[in-house]
Amino acid sequence: MDATATTPNGDDAPPARVDLRAEFNEVGIGEVLDQLDRELVGLKPVKTRIREIAALLLVERLRKRMGLATGNPTLHMSFTGNPGTGKTTVALRIASILHKLGFVRRGHVVSVTRDELVGQYIGHTAPKTKEVLKKAMGGVLFIDEAYYLYRPENERDYGQEAIEILLQVMENQRDDLVVILAGYADRMEKFFQSNPGFRSRIAHHIDFPDYTDGELLTIAEGMLNEQNYHFAPEAKAAFERYIGIRKTQPLFANARSIRNALDRIRLRQANRLIADLDRSLTAEDIMTIEAGDVLASRVFGKEDGRDR
Amino acid sequence: MRLTQGCFSFLPDLTDEQIAAQVQYALSKGWAVNLEFTDDPHPRNTYWEMWGLPMFDLQDAAGVMMELNECRKIYGDRYIRLSAFDSSHGWESVRLSFIVNRPKDEPGFRLDRQESDGRNMRYTTRAYSADKPEGRRYGG
Repeated sequence: MDATATTPNGDDAPPARVDLRAEFNEVGIGEVLDQLDRELVGLKPVKTRIREIAALLLVERLRKRMGLATGNPTLHMSFTGNPGTGKTTVALRIASILHKLGFVRRGHVVSVTRDELVGQYIGHTAPKTKEVLKKAMGGVLFIDEAYYLYRPENERDYGQEAIEILLQVMENQRDDLVVILAGYADRMEKFFQSNPGFRSRIAHHIDFPDYTDGELLTIAEGMLNEQNYHFAPEAKAAFERYIGIRKTQPLFANARSIRNALDRIRLRQANRLIADLDRSLTAEDIMTIEAGDVLASRVFGKEDGRDR
Repeated sequence: MRLTQGCFSFLPDLTDEQIAAQVQYALSKGWAVNLEFTDDPHPRNTYWEMWGLPMFDLQDAAGVMMELNECRKIYGDRYIRLSAFDSSHGWESVRLSFIVNRPKDEPGFRLDRQESDGRNMRYTTRAYSADKPEGRRYGG
């Protein structure tokens, strides 16, 4: 749309030589990649894969400049992994990388689930899906828990209709839109098996590993830092134990569980501070989370009783 | 007779690229883009039919172009116009509107004169195509 945007094509012949470093700096993805490394804890395989994709796209850009055009590569991706492993966060970064490299025009992310795509009665689905697609054009469409689109147990389910429209646009308008499907690994696998069209249209399958205990602790500290809190030394030890126990319990959602735990801990900390109204507090008092705030969690109580 | 109305009516028809650029401009201003079609192109006919809903919250012109191409597939033998609606306070009206599709064959308008009381003359214009029933006016 912006005619002046990327390549200075015009009538001058393609250059015989290109400066890789200059191109790399000009595009500014180095910064995004470094940010990715800095801000996201762990996720080694994901980061490696994103670097690879970025490298490929950079080379593709150079090829285009040298007149070796091959048509845009397929960029649709699938992110599999347990809840809270950073799929949405990475999708946002990917959008920004693709935008900097000029493979999507706007670089925004539209995040949807089944509800936004599938209608409730006949004739409702197609306009709904198309509306979402139109909003996502020029950017990235992130479909969370994509396998819910397909419900084999109900043959009159409208999900199939949404899938067909999606596939069509993914194929025909590759330049306008990048689709990222996300969800748990095993269910995504089943989803792809029953919809082979999707698998073949998706170039990059990226698996998000669970975080280790140490990584979760780093994440927790990072989150607290952002909100101007910090652990007292004993509190840190207590939180380490908390992570160990919480991991074994059902409905553990990695970083998301950590965030929720921290929210509750902050609540307890506030409660503790309020309990003694006559005390004068320093900034340090308000910022510090004590071991008691952590240990009051129900998670510790269940350690022996294990009732719910 | 080539029918003209709306913006750019003094220009030749816009190419798709030019249409997309105009749409992108409208979107950058936060206007909602609509597609309308009709086979009754009388200038006083303001009630064109809408193709789908107004397109709010779009970022990129590609979405509008996709709908336009869909609309052309079905109503390629009618007039299609694109309008951009500004919902901001104080405007709340159409800011931009132009024709993006026209029938291959446009028979044009007839001027009817009616002699009335005394030497008064009343004038009216009628589209030749409007003699046929709706939907069959432009060879559809």
